[in-house]
Amino acid sequence: MGNVIEVTQLGKDYATAAGAFVALKSVNLTIAQGEFVAIMGPSGSGKSTFMNLLGCLDYPSRGEYKLDGENVSLLSSDALAALRNRVIGFVFQGFNLLPRLNARDNVALPMLYRGAGSGERKQHADEMLAKVGLAGLGERRPNQLSGGQQQRVAIARALANSPQLILADEPTGNLDSHTSDEVMGLFTELNHSGITVVLVTHESDIAKYAKRLVRFKDGEMIYDGKPEEGL
Amino acid sequence: MNAFAMLTESWRAIIANRMRSFLTMLGMIIGVAAVVLMLAVGQGAQSAIDETISSMGSNLFIVLSGATTSGGQRMGLGTAPTLTMNDAAALAELPNITAAAPVQPGTAATVYAGNNWSTSITGITPDYLQVRNWVVASGFAFTDADVRGAARVALVGKTVADNLFGDENPVGKTMRIKQSPFTVVGVLEAKGQSLDGRDQDDVVLVPVTTAQRKLFGSQFPGSVRFIMVQANSAEAMPGVEKEMNTLLRSRHRIAEDADADFSVRNLSAMAEASASATRIMSYVLGAIASISLIVGGIGIMNIMLVSVTERTREIGIRIAIGARHRDILLQFLLEAVTISLIGCLIGVGLGIGGAWAVQKFAGFPVLVTPDITLLAFSVAAGVGIFFGFYPARRAALMNPIDALRYQ
Repeated sequence: MGNVIEVTQLGKDYATAAGAFVALKSVNLTIAQGEFVAIMGPSGSGKSTFMNLLGCLDYPSRGEYKLDGENVSLLSSDALAALRNRVIGFVFQGFNLLPRLNARDNVALPMLYRGAGSGERKQHADEMLAKVGLAGLGERRPNQLSGGQQQRVAIARALANSPQLILADEPTGNLDSHTSDEVMGLFTELNHSGITVVLVTHESDIAKYAKRLVRFKDGEMIYDGKPEEGL
Repeated sequence: MNAFAMLTESWRAIIANRMRSFLTMLGMIIGVAAVVLMLAVGQGAQSAIDETISSMGSNLFIVLSGATTSGGQRMGLGTAPTLTMNDAAALAELPNITAAAPVQPGTAATVYAGNNWSTSITGITPDYLQVRNWVVASGFAFTDADVRGAARVALVGKTVADNLFGDENPVGKTMRIKQSPFTVVGVLEAKGQSLDGRDQDDVVLVPVTTAQRKLFGSQFPGSVRFIMVQANSAEAMPGVEKEMNTLLRSRHRIAEDADADFSVRNLSAMAEASASATRIMSYVLGAIASISLIVGGIGIMNIMLVSVTERTREIGIRIAIGARHRDILLQFLLEAVTISLIGCLIGVGLGIGGAWAVQKFAGFPVLVTPDITLLAFSVAAGVGIFFGFYPARRAALMNPIDALRYQ
């Protein structure tokens, strides 16, 4: 199987009042199709910066990042938007659902930007909701759903355009441990179906679900291996 | 992302903030209603003026006879009997002149049955009707033969017909002017008020010769008070004016450096001046009203800026999951344009309703034309795009990372 993510000597600086701040020094990482990777590290370790780069939300200052074989640095912001839309599904800590839209329309949003017709959007969104165990709840607004259900809607949205990669940033940060287990079970299931999952967490219990652990500290990767040994 | 889906997204946002959207719209509603109403009033006034001007006749000159001086008092133009029927005939021979109508006006009491009515009696030739664009509504105009024979025939204006004859048909009846019997041969079509507010229909027209010899006897036979001359086009008027002056000076044997004993006035130029004054008034009204449109536009911009800031997180999410610059830009632009178009629609309705009310209750002439409506619409769409663009651009250029982190 090919590599979804190929990162070579990737670095990121931020300009601050005190001068350039190096958030990420030089990272080399390859993630193959079908892997389940957890990224850990204290705050300020560069893991969020790394996730933003992986998610094509930001351009690297140095190095090269190939997502699905495409060199991200060479793409325009509109081309990046199209790449995100097609290849990546995002799951955020705060769910980040649009409060005005019901669950179905939230799930359908990525399809809207892909240019899918309204019939296809509705049907596929309902399928995705059923897949995450929320069949029949399409008409509910986010504020009518529990935290776990909201995160499931967010996962259904991430799956809408059949992405190769799911990037989850602290997906269980706002959930209790029981619901966290359910959500992680869902990620595991998706991973078994062939989708690459990369998630950021600071909870060891959550990281255990992954098959590979990457640790960051002070802008550098300090561990890359099996979760059991790195925790 | 297709246009319909985008409209739906914008519509959702408008509906989600009903009160705010309505208040934003209110600015546009008031602005558009004001523009439509003001332009309707302006156009109404202008069409009223245009009607008056066309009732006067087009490309007109009036040639007045000179002033007399009596005991040191100068009596004013038209009092000296310097113009004659022959002058009129000579003027009619000049090139680019359609007609030259000699006129001898006066005032007299008229009587029919038990009614009497004091009115102006104007001695004319049939050419006068042509020059003044005047149509005989019933009966017939008198002819050149009646003028040659100084016949006792009369055409009565609408006001005279109403006051003297009441419900009777005046045609064929005999009325008395200064005690002499005149046969009414026709009733003139109503013309309404002149530019200076006189009732143009309060008149009796008789052959000019009859006026001279049988009504207002003068010691200068054949003299007329003024001659109305019609040029065949507006462009010919300056040339015609010069030629008339030359011709009359030579006919009256006036030396090069002496004052003329007549004066030529361009009536159409005066009318044109008052028409352009009205036009300027309607532009000024429109311009003042447009200021409120601009204020309405700024209201839209203001609310859109608030809305963009408030929805920073939403914008971040949309960008993250694949919205391009264009998608975000259009979403917010459509929102602004939709608000301003709906406001415009309601504003046009209110403006037309207001114009109707002004006409009904204030008796003002108003005129709502499709041009006005179309203009108001395109201006409103323009305002929506112009004032919506900056906030929309701000939304589209947001950095997704910062936007997602925004609380």
